[in-house]
Amino acid sequence: MSQSLALPDHQQQTSDRRRVISIALTLSLVLLASVFASLCLGSYPTAPAAVIEALIQPAQSDIAFIVWELRLPRILLAVLVGAALAVAGAILQGIVRNPLASPDVIGITSGASLLAVLFLALLTGTLSIVWLPAAAMLGATAAMLLVFSLAWKKGVAPGRMVLVGIGLSAAMGAVTTLLIVISDDAAAMHAYVWLTGSIYAAQWRDVVGMLPWLLLCIPLALSHARHMDALRLGDMVAIGLGVNVARSRLVLIGCSVALAGAAVAYAGGLSFVGLIAPHIASLLVGRGFARLVPVAALTGALILLYADLLGRVAFLPRDLPAGIFVSGIGAPFFVYLLYRTRD
Amino acid sequence: MLNRRSWKILGLILGTVLMLVAFVASVALGNTPMPLTALGDALWHYDPTSVNHIILLSERLPRAVVASLVGASLAIAGALMQTMTRNPLASPGILGINAGAMFLVVVSVSILQLRSPAEYVWAALAGACLAALLVFLLSRGRHGELSPLRVVLAGVAVTALFVSFSQGLLIADQQGFESVLYWLAGSVAGRDLAALEPLLPLFAIALLLCICLVRHANALMLGDEMVTGLGINAGAIKLLLGVVVILLAGSSVAIAGMIGFVGLIVPHMARGLFGLDHRWMLPGCALLGASLLLSADLLGRFLMPPQEVPVGIMTALLGTPLFIHLARRGASAS
Repeated sequence: MSQSLALPDHQQQTSDRRRVISIALTLSLVLLASVFASLCLGSYPTAPAAVIEALIQPAQSDIAFIVWELRLPRILLAVLVGAALAVAGAILQGIVRNPLASPDVIGITSGASLLAVLFLALLTGTLSIVWLPAAAMLGATAAMLLVFSLAWKKGVAPGRMVLVGIGLSAAMGAVTTLLIVISDDAAAMHAYVWLTGSIYAAQWRDVVGMLPWLLLCIPLALSHARHMDALRLGDMVAIGLGVNVARSRLVLIGCSVALAGAAVAYAGGLSFVGLIAPHIASLLVGRGFARLVPVAALTGALILLYADLLGRVAFLPRDLPAGIFVSGIGAPFFVYLLYRTRD
Repeated sequence: MLNRRSWKILGLILGTVLMLVAFVASVALGNTPMPLTALGDALWHYDPTSVNHIILLSERLPRAVVASLVGASLAIAGALMQTMTRNPLASPGILGINAGAMFLVVVSVSILQLRSPAEYVWAALAGACLAALLVFLLSRGRHGELSPLRVVLAGVAVTALFVSFSQGLLIADQQGFESVLYWLAGSVAGRDLAALEPLLPLFAIALLLCICLVRHANALMLGDEMVTGLGINAGAIKLLLGVVVILLAGSSVAIAGMIGFVGLIVPHMARGLFGLDHRWMLPGCALLGASLLLSADLLGRFLMPPQEVPVGIMTALLGTPLFIHLARRGASAS
C-alpha cells in the first residue's frame, strides 16, 4: 500500500525491483533443484548420475521408464497444480479483499469435488475416466455461478460472497458425503482419496491437459495486474482510475475459477495451497499483483512438490496422498496467519 | 410471535406434543412398520423371542432417544452461542466445535482403540474445548471485538483443520474407514442405550448450569456493560455458558458424530416463536431441536430405500437455505 501512495525515488525503485527479481530467481532455482532431487528419490533407489543419464539418453538407460514415465509426469503435475492453485488464491484474495478467501473456502473446490465424486460413483462403468477433469471443471463453474447469483444483491459484496460460499460448500459437502456413504467400499475409498487430493499415478496426458490452463489464465490475469491493484483499493478508487470494475472483476474471477477448477480436476480436493502460497508470497515481495503472481506460483509449486515427495517416500512402501501433508503443514500455518493478521 | 404468557405456555405444550408425535413416528415407522401396541408390549411384557420386540428395543427406541437428546442439546448449545457472540450465524457446527470434538473422537477410536461413547466422550469434550479456544483466539481483533464475518471464517478454518486431519488419519488407517465415515456424516443409528447411560450425568450438569444461568444470559444480550452494571462478572458468565456449550456439543458428537445446522436453525425458529427471553426460548429450542432431528432422521429413512441418508446430511441440506438467507441479510448490516 505504502509503495503506491508514497512515490519512492528512482534509486529506491530500482533496488526494490532488483530484490523482487532476485527472490523470483532464487525460488526458480530452488524449484529446479527440488524437481531434480525428487526425480532421484523414490521407492526404487536411483543415483543422481544415473538419473541424468536417463534424462539425456533414455534409450541407453535401464531406469528410463521410472524417470520418464513414473516420476517426471507426477513431479511436473505437482508443480503445475501447485502454481495454478496459488495464482487462483492470489486473485480471489485480491478481489474479495480478504486474506481468508481461497478456492476451497468459497465453494469452487467443493463444487468440483461434488461432480467428480458423482462421476466416480455413478459413471465410471459407462464413461472413461478421461472425462473426470471435464466433470470437475463443470462443477467448479456451476458452483461459482451459484455463489455469485445467490450473493447478488445490487452487486456482489465480497463479505456476502464468502459467507454464501461457505454455506453452499457445506451443502455440497453433505451431498458428496452422501454419495460416498451410499457407494460401495472400493468406489468410496477411491472417491475419498480423490477428495483429499492426490497426484498418484499422474501421466503425461494429465500434464498436457493441465498446462494450457496455466498458459492461458496466468498471462490473462497478469495483463489485468494494474486493474487488480486499483480494485484492491476499493471500487470507488478503481472507477476513478478508469477501470471497468465489473468487466475486470469478471475476467479475473474467470481466471481464478478456471485455474482452480483445472487443478481440482487433475489433482482432487487439495486445500490450503491456494490459501497459504499467496500469503507467503506477499510476505516476500509485497502485495503488488504483478510481482505477487509469479512468486505465489513458484511458492505453490514448491509446497505441492514437497508434499507429494513426502507422501511418496516418507512412509514407504505406502504412497500417501499429497493432500494429507499439504493440510498437515498448511492448516497450522493458516491458523498462525489468521492470528497474525487480525486487525 | 407468541406475546402473552398463556400463548407461550400453549406454544410449549404444542411443542411437546410435536416432539412426542415425532418420537412415536420415529419408533413406529421404518423398513418394518410397527403397530403402536407392539411398543407397549415390548416395554411392559418383553418377549425375547419376538423379532418385533427386539427391533423395537435394540434399534428403534435407542435411535429415537438419541435423536431427541442430541437435537435438544445442539439446539440449546447453538442458542447460547448466538447469545454469547451476538452473531446470528454462530452454532457448534459452523464455529468448528463439532469438528474439534469429532477429530479427537476419531483419534481415540482409531489409535487408542476405544469402543464405547462413555470411553471417548472425554476426548470429545477435550476436542470441543480445544476448538472453542482456537476460534475464540482467532476471531478476536486486536481490541478484543468479535466481527461476525471473522468469527465465521475462523470457525470454517478450524473446521477445515480438524476435518483434514481426520481425513489424513482415515486414509492412513483404512481399517477404520467405516467407523470414521460414520462420525463425519453424523448418524443416530446403531447406538446402545446402555452405552449412553454414563453420559447422562454430563447432560444433567449442563442442564442445571443452564437453568442457573438463564437470567444472566438474558442480561448478556443487552451488552457486557449491562451485565457489569448489574454487578455480575460478564467474563465469568460467558465462561460458564461456554462450559455448557462444550458439554452439550461434545457429548452430542461423542454419541452421534458431526450433525451440523441444528444449532443454527432451531434457535432462530424458537426466537421467532417465543421471543428473546431465554426462560421461554431455551425450552422451545430443546423441544423444536428434538422434533427437528427426529423428523430429519425419519425422512432420511424413506428418501432412497433401502439405503438410509445419514441424519447429518439431512440437516445440512435443510439448514443451508437458512444460512444463505441469514448471510444475505446479515453481512450487509455488519
